[in-house]
Amino acid sequence: MMLALLIIALVILGAAAAAMLSRNLIHSALLLVGAWAGIAAFYLWAGAEFVAFAQILVYVGAVSMVVLFAVLLTRQGETSAPVGYDSLKRAVLAFIVAGGVGGLLVGAILGSPLDVHLPAATPTLSVQQIGALLMGPYAPALLIVGVLLTVALLGAVVLAAVDQPEDTP
Amino acid sequence: MSLETLPLIVRDWIVALFPDVLQWLVHHLLSIAVILTVFGLFFAFTTIAERKLLGRLQNRLGPNRAGLPKLSILPFHLKHKLWGLSQPFADAVKALTKEDVVPDAADKVLHFLAPVVIVAFSLLGFAVLPFGRHLIPVELDAGLLYFFAAGTATELAIFMAGWGSRNKYSLLAAMRALAQLISYELPLILSVVPVVLVVGTLSLPDIAVAQSGWTFGVLPHWHVFTPWGFAGFLIFLVAALAESNRSPFDLPEAESELIAGHLTEYSGFKYALFFMAEYFGLTALSGLGVTIFLGGWQAPFAFLEFIPSYLWFMMKLAGMIVFFIWIRGTLLRLRIDQLTRLSWQFLVPLALLNLANAAFWALTAGWSGPLVFVRWAVSAAIVVVPFLILGRRLSGDRAPRTYRYAS
Repeated sequence: MMLALLIIALVILGAAAAAMLSRNLIHSALLLVGAWAGIAAFYLWAGAEFVAFAQILVYVGAVSMVVLFAVLLTRQGETSAPVGYDSLKRAVLAFIVAGGVGGLLVGAILGSPLDVHLPAATPTLSVQQIGALLMGPYAPALLIVGVLLTVALLGAVVLAAVDQPEDTP
Repeated sequence: MSLETLPLIVRDWIVALFPDVLQWLVHHLLSIAVILTVFGLFFAFTTIAERKLLGRLQNRLGPNRAGLPKLSILPFHLKHKLWGLSQPFADAVKALTKEDVVPDAADKVLHFLAPVVIVAFSLLGFAVLPFGRHLIPVELDAGLLYFFAAGTATELAIFMAGWGSRNKYSLLAAMRALAQLISYELPLILSVVPVVLVVGTLSLPDIAVAQSGWTFGVLPHWHVFTPWGFAGFLIFLVAALAESNRSPFDLPEAESELIAGHLTEYSGFKYALFFMAEYFGLTALSGLGVTIFLGGWQAPFAFLEFIPSYLWFMMKLAGMIVFFIWIRGTLLRLRIDQLTRLSWQFLVPLALLNLANAAFWALTAGWSGPLVFVRWAVSAAIVVVPFLILGRRLSGDRAPRTYRYAS
């Protein structure tokens, strides 16, 4: 079981590292999708079936499309990143931001009580229980997320639906 | 019943031949091999059935020339052409021996990966379909979710094919194909959710079992025979057609106007792989439709239950495929604006209403006596009235058609 975890971790880290090092934005985006799929594999390993499939459905299916479309629509012509290494200010800022995020994550991981045990063969929480939890105690959170997404969707429609003058023949 | 469990007995017998350590591996490899063989052959004969049936629909003969090669081991030469049934194998040899041309400017890695990814992921869906009472390759608590998760990667593969070809027509066509896939994923999933609501599980074998039994001994308890199930099944059929790029929704590769879209720069076996993936996707979606709406492996009548359940499943599957071929021979191709409008303005609202319909059905499960008729009437009204109103409104201001650049 530990071997499988190691392989999954290597795949995730390898894909993420390759995504950062690649000079081709599309390759980076696709490698990122690979890393997300690896995270889904990790959820499966941990016995969280529902979360794993939701991860695939949302990240590999939807978020990947958003990333790829954003890359395609914002970049004209060349898709390899033309960022130079020369700017010292940029490097310092990057290290500060990365260090801050990293410190926050490490602090959160160290601060949370980790219950280390080997995963059970069957999921400990069935889909039905997750559904009951989402509809019961966590219903407000679900509603808030729904409202938030609706607002985002409406905003996107407002931004995108600019009335353009009809082009005449 | 021995015929029912025969595949299991054969499997256990083969698995027992191997040492204990390897048994779980052999067990799963055997399932994979059987799925690949059965559905590979099913794909081959779907292509010949499609060509023959389309031929008949267009008043021609279809392929009937390919016979058997002269087999030197046979003492006689088989003269009969077998109605051209060996055509798919001739096609396979042709596709395998064709030259593989890759454009000079193409992104070689993505260009190569796209057909591999699309075939691999289109096969994954078969893992959770209950092919028979005991024939379930993988039993998952969230099988339905797995099925849709496995299907999402095909979008990535289409993007890889379009972008990796380094051809603007490929890229544009891939974008159109993605717009279509994303538009129709919503009605597809929304058409399935009512079943989950009523049955209360995401497990496909349980959904199939929930449809057993008959009303008055004649009407099977299949979901398609309820008002919400019928509406859901129709929405599912349309969305499945669009998701698998079938006519009348085959715009991404419209052969008469678009030189095959994102497949433009593919040749030889890679092209064949895309077609394989398309048919696998269609077969898997049909299998899902059979499981969810058409009673899965259940027999339609009690006296027909002596036929093994997996044969019933395959018969229903073949029926669905023939229906899809018939649609292809009948309907005309849509424009891209008609296609997206059909999805967002028609199918999605109807599917959402159908969800409310299913909720009503689930809440009134306890009604009996004359109230049963009220239940059916209300449910049917929720299906029919919005369909008529929306249909009228959508087609009302669209005719007669005006052209901006032509008269």
